[in-house]
This record gives sequence, structure tokens and C-alpha cells, in this order.
Amino acid sequence: MNSQITYREAIRLSLREALQNDARVFLMGEDVGRYGGAYACSKGLLDEFGPDRVRDTPLSESVIVGAGIGAALGGMRPIVEVMTVNFSLLALDQVVNNAATLRHMSGGQFSIPLVVRMATGGGRQLAAQHSHSLECWYAHIPGIKVLTPATVNDARWMLPAALKDPDPVFIFEHAMLYPMEGDLDQLQGPADISKAALRREGSDITLITYGGSLFKTLEAADILSKDGIRAEVIDLRILRPLDTETIIESVSRTHRAVIIDEGWRTGSFAAEISAQIMEKAFDQLDYPVARVCSEEVPMPYAKHLEDAALPQPERIVKASREMF
Amino acid sequence: MKTEIAGIKPEITRQIKFDLLRDMLRIRRFEEKSAELYSLGKIRGFLHLYIGEEAIAVGAMRVLKPEDSIVATYREHGHALARGISMGSVMAEMFGKENGCSRGRGGSMHLFDAALKFYGGYAIVGGGLPIAVGLALAARMQKTNSVTACFFGDGAVAEGEFHESMNLAGLWQLPVVFLCENNLYAMGTALDRHQSQTNIAKKAESYGIKSETVDGMDVLAVEEATGKAIELVRATSRPYLIEYRTYRFRAHSMYDAELYRNKDEVELWKTRCPINGLIASMKEDGILNDHDLSEIESSIALEINQAVEYAEAGKWEPLEDLTKFVYTETLNFEL
Repeated sequence: MNSQITYREAIRLSLREALQNDARVFLMGEDVGRYGGAYACSKGLLDEFGPDRVRDTPLSESVIVGAGIGAALGGMRPIVEVMTVNFSLLALDQVVNNAATLRHMSGGQFSIPLVVRMATGGGRQLAAQHSHSLECWYAHIPGIKVLTPATVNDARWMLPAALKDPDPVFIFEHAMLYPMEGDLDQLQGPADISKAALRREGSDITLITYGGSLFKTLEAADILSKDGIRAEVIDLRILRPLDTETIIESVSRTHRAVIIDEGWRTGSFAAEISAQIMEKAFDQLDYPVARVCSEEVPMPYAKHLEDAALPQPERIVKASREMF
Repeated sequence: MKTEIAGIKPEITRQIKFDLLRDMLRIRRFEEKSAELYSLGKIRGFLHLYIGEEAIAVGAMRVLKPEDSIVATYREHGHALARGISMGSVMAEMFGKENGCSRGRGGSMHLFDAALKFYGGYAIVGGGLPIAVGLALAARMQKTNSVTACFFGDGAVAEGEFHESMNLAGLWQLPVVFLCENNLYAMGTALDRHQSQTNIAKKAESYGIKSETVDGMDVLAVEEATGKAIELVRATSRPYLIEYRTYRFRAHSMYDAELYRNKDEVELWKTRCPINGLIASMKEDGILNDHDLSEIESSIALEINQAVEYAEAGKWEPLEDLTKFVYTETLNFEL
């Protein structure tokens, strides 16, 4: 049973379902209640579930995430919204030193069933402090899981999967995706959060991406098809733990790979994927792996400069064509 | 030194004092042994001794119930022992052995015991406070009657996490008791060199949180004040802050040359030793003699020897288990 809804509505449906299904679930974050969420993802939930379960917090990212960890240790199932990845930097101590470590440091005595959601990415002329794509930093950390839903269906069904997971799960929602409409499979149920997805099949080149860059990559694949280049598009969906198998399987068929990643090129997640391909499929490559990433500059405000800084379909097409 | 315990019969008072003395001495002797074993290379990493501050963990832990939660710092051997984690499993942890309370994954600064609701030693200053607030939030939402006790030092008061935690606990009226062990130094920086307002209890006022300052060198004062505070927190579900004035007699860690404080100051504080103070007052009251004391000492020495034997006998975690406990392996996690 399918319907067309927005990414934002998909998230709202998943939050609502989580609150309905489990009394231990509660939402906590800046402006998630009366304001309805900075991106309107939790609009209406305060009225429906009350202030005990939809909790507006002060602007205190560290204690919001830390209290989420503590509440999870105490038997609750908190869903923390940190508004954006830009502000999440203020909570990194809790993420890196507590959420990711407590299970290990205690010799396996504790699980932390915490879900943290945040918006990520640029493209809205918000300049250098509100346009980060730092999910790569999070994906660096063992002990947490990192999800990057790109489709409406994943926006709807990744959250219930994250809530079933006994360990801390961080969900990065690209801010450009919220108003996007897409197909929702209403009956699907919790998503598989262990596998990447083939969003387009092809035999000549593999385009590997995730999150907000997926639709730019699909657009590039369309353009390439007019040249007779059949591009396969992989949506990673999960950055940690990474499904390397799907990547290697595809590259072993196409023998060419371009990675599209909104993070800065140096030390990017694209660099990790590239290294994995080098390690596991070097002999399969007909051409060196290419990366389309953000330029090495704090995000500029002016639209033409921002557009030039971010990965765009034209850059993906150019990098791909060079391989033929 | 407080000598009377209000409303309690003298023979019970004697027993309580005996217990407090024994519990403080257990920590003192355990810490002395730890320093010795560090010098021998049996314990590595950082080692922060609790010597001088024993009255706080002992006095506070006695008034906490099994259903209450504990969050501590990296100077937490005393809290772990006072809460009931065995000497053997703490020692084995510091040896890095599999039979340690954190299977050798944590070491001196990261002692944990889920069954005792001992939620750990936190080694990033201030990092435990948000966790304590979350535990208290869970207790409140589940409508249990449990309290979370959060230990931290004066150094943590300078961290943003202290202020964020105090504000949220005050705003949401959470059952957490903030227990500040003010030993006057944030590592090597004296309180008046890192705080614009050196009265830590006073800081709680701006968050609408009741607070008081207690003599942390007097175990009876600690027990009484903490007991009242915890019952108030339990009854009202509002947070509370206690600032204990205390002093560590040893260096910050085993690497510290103590260039930042003078010996006269240390010696002066040693005259206020919580253990010697209690011994003196019990002797004055005629409820403790040298024979009693040597009996306590020998039973502690035996316990420490057994703890060291337990640690020595422990196995090393096999290398093939190196990456265990990063994620939850069990499939039957309660969903």
C-alpha cells in the first residue's frame, strides 16, 4: 500500500508511532514541543502526548544528549533531537566519551538504547556555521551506529529499527530532504539497518553516495544514461556499521567508482569508501576511484558560491565521464 | 567533630561509629596498597587516590538505598568500595584482569557494577553530571522513588556541563542529589584561581536548587547532612546540592609532583584527618580501644591480601575478545 508524503511527514509518522507503541519512549530536544520542531517534524505531538513525553529543553546540547544516555541507562527509550549537526558539536563529549564507551568500559554490563536525531547538510544559504555535513566524524566512532535516511521510506522506517536497537543510534536527516515528496510503503515495517541499497541498477560505473546527495547522484545517472553510460547508484543508508559487501560487489561488476559525499574532501567518508575499494577490489578497477566532495572552504553564504562548493550533478557527470 | 547521633541509643551509636570507622579504614588501606602496587607496576594508567576524602563516600553511601543510582568520578575507588563492590573485583580491574568489575576494560577510572546501580567512574571532568540527570529523569518518569547521587569535584563546577545539568535538574525538578567533593584543587589549580565565586553551594541558588556546605572531614556530619538531603530529594523530587569541604592528602595522580601547594597546608589538613578524628572521639567516649582498632586493622589487612590474590589469580581477557562489548551481542535484548 503506497502513498505520496513528504520526508518531514514520514518522520512525524514514525515519531508518533513510537510514542503510541511504547510508554518508555519520549522526545526531548530544543523546540520539539510548542514550536513543533525546528523542521516541524514533531508538530502536534505535544498536544497528543503531553509535556511529560514531548519535552522542550533549554539550549543545552550536552545535557540533552547526556540525559538521554542516563535515561536510556535507567530503562527509558529516549529520542533526542539536537536540531542540527552544527549544534551537536556542543554535545560531542557525551557522544564520544559516554554514549560510545559505556558498554565497553563496563565490560558489557550496560546497553544504551538511545536514538539521537539531527538535521545535517548545506544548500540553503545558511553560511559557514549552519551548513555542516559532519556525519563522517560520527561514523568514525566505534560504539554508535550512524544512519542517513535519504528516501521517504527510510525516513519513515529507520526510526522504528533504531528504537529496536539496543545501542546508541544517530540519525542524520539532510535538511534539504524535509520538503521532498516520495513513495511511502505504509506496510513495510522497521527497515533493515544493516544493508546499503541499490537505487538504480547499471553496469558501467558505480556511483556511491548517501543522504542529501542521493538525488543529485540519481540526476547525474540520468544525464549519463543519455551518453549511453549505465550508472549504478548505491545509497549507503548506514555509515556505521558500513555495508562494504554491496559496494565491492557492485564495483566488481562495473570496474569504475565515483563517491559523492557532501563532507569536505580531506578525511571525508568518501576517503574511507575509496580505501575500502582499494583494499578489497583493487584488481577490479579499470580507472582510479574518484571523489566528488565539498570544496575545502567554510560554506559561503552567496548562492553561486555555495552551489560551487557543494557536490552537484554536473560535477558527478564530469568525474564519471573522465573514466571512459 | 560531631559526637552524638540524635535520637539513637548509645549502643547503636557505637555500632554505627564502628562501621563508619571500619569503612573509612578499608578505603584508606586499600588506597595505600594500590599506591604500593602501582610502584611495583601491577597497576598502570592513571591512579587517583581518595586518601583524605574517605568520610564523604562512606557517610553518603550509607544513607543511599539499593534502588538509588550512583554516578562517580575518576577518583572513585572509595565510592565503589563503600557501595559494596568487592575489593577483589576493584583490585582485579586495576590489574586489568577479566575478573575485574569492568573485565579489565575500564581500569581505575572506570569502575561499574550494574547490580549495585553503580553507573561508573567518569574521567572527563563534569561528564557524569548529565548522565545523573538522565537517570533521575528516568526515575521520575517511571514514578519510582529512587534518587540519583552524583559525585563530582570542585573542578567540574567550571565546566558547562555542571551548569547545564543544574539548570535542567532544577527546571524539571528531578530527584538528583549533587554531591560536590570540594578538595580545593582542580588537579593543580586552586579553587580561588578557577572560580569567581568560591562558595560552590551558593551557585545552586541561581538554579533554584537548595544547597548547603558540610564539613567533609567529619563522617558523622556527612552522614547526617546527606541523609537529610536525600530524604528531602526523595520526598519532594527536587534536586539538592551539597558542597563537602575536604582535602586530598596525596598527589592528584601518581604523576603529580605537587608543585602547586605547600607542605604546611597539606600537614595542616592532615591534622583534620577524618579517620584520626573519629578514632580520637571514640576513644574519648570510651567506645574504642587499641585492641578494637588492631582487630579492625587485621581484618582489613586480610581482606586486602585476599583481594590482591584474587586479582593475581585473574585471567587476561583473550585477544580474540578484543572487540567485544562495543555493541550489544545478545539478540534477546528486552525490546
